[in-house]
Amino acid sequence: MTQLLQQIINGLSLGSIYALIALGYTMVYGILKLINFAHGEVFMVGAYTGYYSAGALGISAYEAQHRDFPVYLGLIVLVTAMATAALLGVLIELLAYRPVRNAPRLTPLITAIGVSLFLQNAGMLLFSPNPQRYPAILSEVRFEFFGVIVTNIKLTIFVVALCLMLGLHLFVQKTWTGRAMRALSFNIDAAKLMGIDTDNVIRSTFAVGSALAAAGGILFGLDQITINPLMGVLTGLKAFVAAVLGGIGSIPGAVVGGLLIGLAEQLTAGYLSAEYRDAITFVILILILLLKPEGLLGVVRVEKV
Amino acid sequence: MRSLRRTFISGICLAAFGAVGCKKSATSTSAGGSTAADRATEIIIGHYASMTGSTAHFGQDTDRGIRLALVEANAKGGVLGKKLRLVTLDDRGDSAEAANAVNRLIDVEKVSAVLGEVASSLSLAGGRVAQRRKIPMISPTSTNPKVTEVGDYVFRVCFIDPFQGKVMATFAHDYLKLTKIAILRDVKNDYSIGLADAFKASFLQMSGNVVAEQAYSQNDTDFSAQVTAIRGTGAQAIFVPGYYSEVGSIARTAARLGLKIPLLGGDGWDSPDLFTIGGDAINGSYFSDHFAPDVATDKAKRFVASFTTEYGQAPTGLGALGYEAAEVLVDAIARAGKVEPTAIRDAIAHTKDFEGVTGKITMDAHRNPLKSAVVLKIEGGKAKFETSIAP
Repeated sequence: MTQLLQQIINGLSLGSIYALIALGYTMVYGILKLINFAHGEVFMVGAYTGYYSAGALGISAYEAQHRDFPVYLGLIVLVTAMATAALLGVLIELLAYRPVRNAPRLTPLITAIGVSLFLQNAGMLLFSPNPQRYPAILSEVRFEFFGVIVTNIKLTIFVVALCLMLGLHLFVQKTWTGRAMRALSFNIDAAKLMGIDTDNVIRSTFAVGSALAAAGGILFGLDQITINPLMGVLTGLKAFVAAVLGGIGSIPGAVVGGLLIGLAEQLTAGYLSAEYRDAITFVILILILLLKPEGLLGVVRVEKV
Repeated sequence: MRSLRRTFISGICLAAFGAVGCKKSATSTSAGGSTAADRATEIIIGHYASMTGSTAHFGQDTDRGIRLALVEANAKGGVLGKKLRLVTLDDRGDSAEAANAVNRLIDVEKVSAVLGEVASSLSLAGGRVAQRRKIPMISPTSTNPKVTEVGDYVFRVCFIDPFQGKVMATFAHDYLKLTKIAILRDVKNDYSIGLADAFKASFLQMSGNVVAEQAYSQNDTDFSAQVTAIRGTGAQAIFVPGYYSEVGSIARTAARLGLKIPLLGGDGWDSPDLFTIGGDAINGSYFSDHFAPDVATDKAKRFVASFTTEYGQAPTGLGALGYEAAEVLVDAIARAGKVEPTAIRDAIAHTKDFEGVTGKITMDAHRNPLKSAVVLKIEGGKAKFETSIAP
């Protein structure tokens, strides 16, 4: 029982990270019908920005003296990484996707794969291909409830992920830009006719999605101890599956999908065998595509001919 | 050092641009060497290694050891009146690249013998090529028995896993007095699988209990599920025969989940990065290795001193075995009397009582030497000699 609870907690924390990344996939898909395969690499760049900005803020001195890294500096690290990733997302959209926006759907998809490979290799060149230990932006505190251990890192992951998701919900539902995003996702041409600056809204979508991925990157680094330039490949794919599972284009769906994938992966590794932990995600993908292609919370849209 | 950095940087460039073949990233120990080598005045030795990637430290430290041995041999006038030149190719820890690298060493660089790899999976890939092309190869540190079973051109200068597994089983059972052990192995790694099997067989024979068997895959970053599963079994230690990057993370995960039992492992742990990644969590763990820098013979002390002077840091067991493999090769070339692959192969096979830095080497009929192992304990971010176990 203790073990099951422990696995569930581990699974939910991993799942929250997937959910944060899945939001970026689903938002971009909702508006552009584009699967942004470079999103996993934005997540990676976010993690590395956190790594280097924590270094620039002198984290090694705190670590050497076993002192806690001040929370306000930790927040600066988070904001820096989110801002950098947002900028990168906007740049990718501007340089790689905008020129092919009106091309057949296969063209932007292939462009996205190209951007993804480019960023992976640029990452290996710039950050070195060797795994790096993630700095202790949060020093660890453990709480034990009846044998189940929860660290402050896991709690932070839940809290940060929850706050960001709530923030996103309010942003999409309550702000003007959010309403414009929903309009675009409904019908981009009609939105344009209504006088919405679609380029600007698409840019904001990429910025917001990328910032969330960067937050996911930092949480991932804290949780998983090491980062490497290829960390975005598998994690990105799993988050993409999470988005499809929840119903691509649906924001609550991405959250539900992320949590479910995290849980499935952890329980498979814990009770079946860790050899199947990656396989289970893709088994889920195949099943959902066969049984409920629109996803758990997705809506069936009538294709206009 | 400069040339080493050049190899390293070109290795990264290669990795970065995902080149399919190995682009030229060769450097020479003798200054200004060219690929169109003058075979009359030099002997070219190839080394393929993971100079980048998650086992980069293995390749880099081994390369330093080899380079040091060749520089020293050249300072004594070389072999058979010729200077030795080393060509190192990066395989990025990938077995397809390892096979490419050996092909390239033979076809393009025209090497007379090949040194490498550390990882058994990669030595198997490279060894098959060397065997097919009939170029002798010495693996410094691949401990999986299958490596030398590839054929009569493939040798090694380290002990093999059935022995290493028995060493850690003996150590756990007789020295630490443990009876319940969990095993966590890397299922994508021939070395890890072989060592785990050997450990398990020996430990069961000593009537110990293996209370859990868990698995992970190289480059995984999340180990909480496996550690949580092990936590419920009452294991007194976890045997993790993996490589240092993952072992460091596993130690931290165990500490995070409140599991305060030592980890046990093999020579795949041997890298300073283990302490960087593992931090305080790895203290109090033990691993078997080829060589303990703090307790050594006169020859080994001289090696540690010159290695430290040359590179500014002490060698790991990998550096020592790289040095030893190169020395055995140089000795064999001298005894062969000519730079011809088959003659060199025969000379390596007849190596007898060669005084290496990690012990005496005599090649047996299966091209494996018989050597004893040391067990090191990790304390305060350093590996210290704990005990020595003979075959």
